[in-house]
Amino acid sequence: MADDSKPTLEPEGCPHCPKENMSDSRRTLMRRLGWGAFFTTLAVSAAGTLRFFFPRVLFEPPTSFKIGTMKDYPSGSADKYGVISVSEQFMEKQRVWIVRETDKVYAIFGKCTHLGCTPKWFADERLFKCPCHGSQYYSNGVNFAGPAPRPMDRYIISKLADGRIVVDSSELFTVDNFDDPRCFLKA
Amino acid sequence: MTLKEKIMGSQIWKSIFRHDFEDTPSNRGKVIRSNVFLHLHPLRIPEHAMKIRFTWCMGGITFFAFLVECITGILLMFYYHPVIEYAYMDMKYLQFDVPFGQILRNVHRWGAHLMVFTVMLHMLRVFLTGSYKKPREFNWVIGVVLLTLTLLMSFTGYLLPWDQLAYWAITVGTNMGAATPFFGVEGPFPIVDKFNDVRFVLLGGTTVGANALLRFYVAHVIAIPAIVFVGCAIHFWRIRKDGGISRPL
Repeated sequence: MADDSKPTLEPEGCPHCPKENMSDSRRTLMRRLGWGAFFTTLAVSAAGTLRFFFPRVLFEPPTSFKIGTMKDYPSGSADKYGVISVSEQFMEKQRVWIVRETDKVYAIFGKCTHLGCTPKWFADERLFKCPCHGSQYYSNGVNFAGPAPRPMDRYIISKLADGRIVVDSSELFTVDNFDDPRCFLKA
Repeated sequence: MTLKEKIMGSQIWKSIFRHDFEDTPSNRGKVIRSNVFLHLHPLRIPEHAMKIRFTWCMGGITFFAFLVECITGILLMFYYHPVIEYAYMDMKYLQFDVPFGQILRNVHRWGAHLMVFTVMLHMLRVFLTGSYKKPREFNWVIGVVLLTLTLLMSFTGYLLPWDQLAYWAITVGTNMGAATPFFGVEGPFPIVDKFNDVRFVLLGGTTVGANALLRFYVAHVIAIPAIVFVGCAIHFWRIRKDGGISRPL
């Protein structure tokens, strides 16, 4: 329902209205200040609200952690992929498998290279299998079945002066960089 | 004076209902116009609007499913804690011990499937009948937004049972977010790292954990439904404003 029938107030008809042009520049200034303050407040609140969604502290495990000494990953007989042992000790907390081959140790990041699920280690078959889309990997993390495009990535691994081994998950090595000296330890 | 006359003549009744209910064209109009919910609806319904084979009433069915989701969802909230330690157990508790919990959860789940299905059929009908054309272009745009929000409600609700299906679906889904151009760490031309990209803000962290469960819960039960409610109000009101329900040519 439009209210067109209502009489509109003519500016001249208002006895209390200030005369035209009298304080026009001051009124313009006040209006701009007012709206300026309003939109500034709005913009700052919006920016603050956006920042609010990015937490400063994460209650996730630290990116760098110790996994014991070389004695914890002893030599032995290798399977047909050259792998002696796959340790699941740090899988639940850090999502990493420690793999011992005859001549080296490395840390496989337990994330399927297809879409990021965590594969499962089948010790009897010497295979990793991904539950999401059926990708499969040998015990050394190299893919051979399913949609996974490349072997599972590896983390930085290093040895402290006292012999303890440290895995650092802040950097990933893909298959092209597996011979980088930072992503394996010589046994 | 009968009881009915006594009630309908009281000041309480008259303060709520400003008109009487004698079946006159004027009163029929007032019933619609004086009700905040019904006023979205047109005053008079044209005959062609009753042709169910043209409209399928698919939008109406979708809205009905949405209302069912709201009611059953609020009831489920009485037993569900969005916390890792409890989420899965609460879901099982609802299924196995809460009185009528099993049927409540199932109605909520099947209602969600129904809503996605009918909203798509609604879109198909609008497309096939050309009802997106002028002057209804803007309402089509609102409809597309509502479709997206419907899918987001399904996606966020999917995590809440906190079972394997939920966990991995959200892992895969948010990893796709990480492939967003510019704002995803694994996407083309990233200007972010894994601690401030799209996936991070969706999950409240770098992995699907406690923060992710809480965020998806808040989005699922209030943030998205609130927007959907406002969107629906505009969508229905615009039908009337854009010339009424579309008709067979």
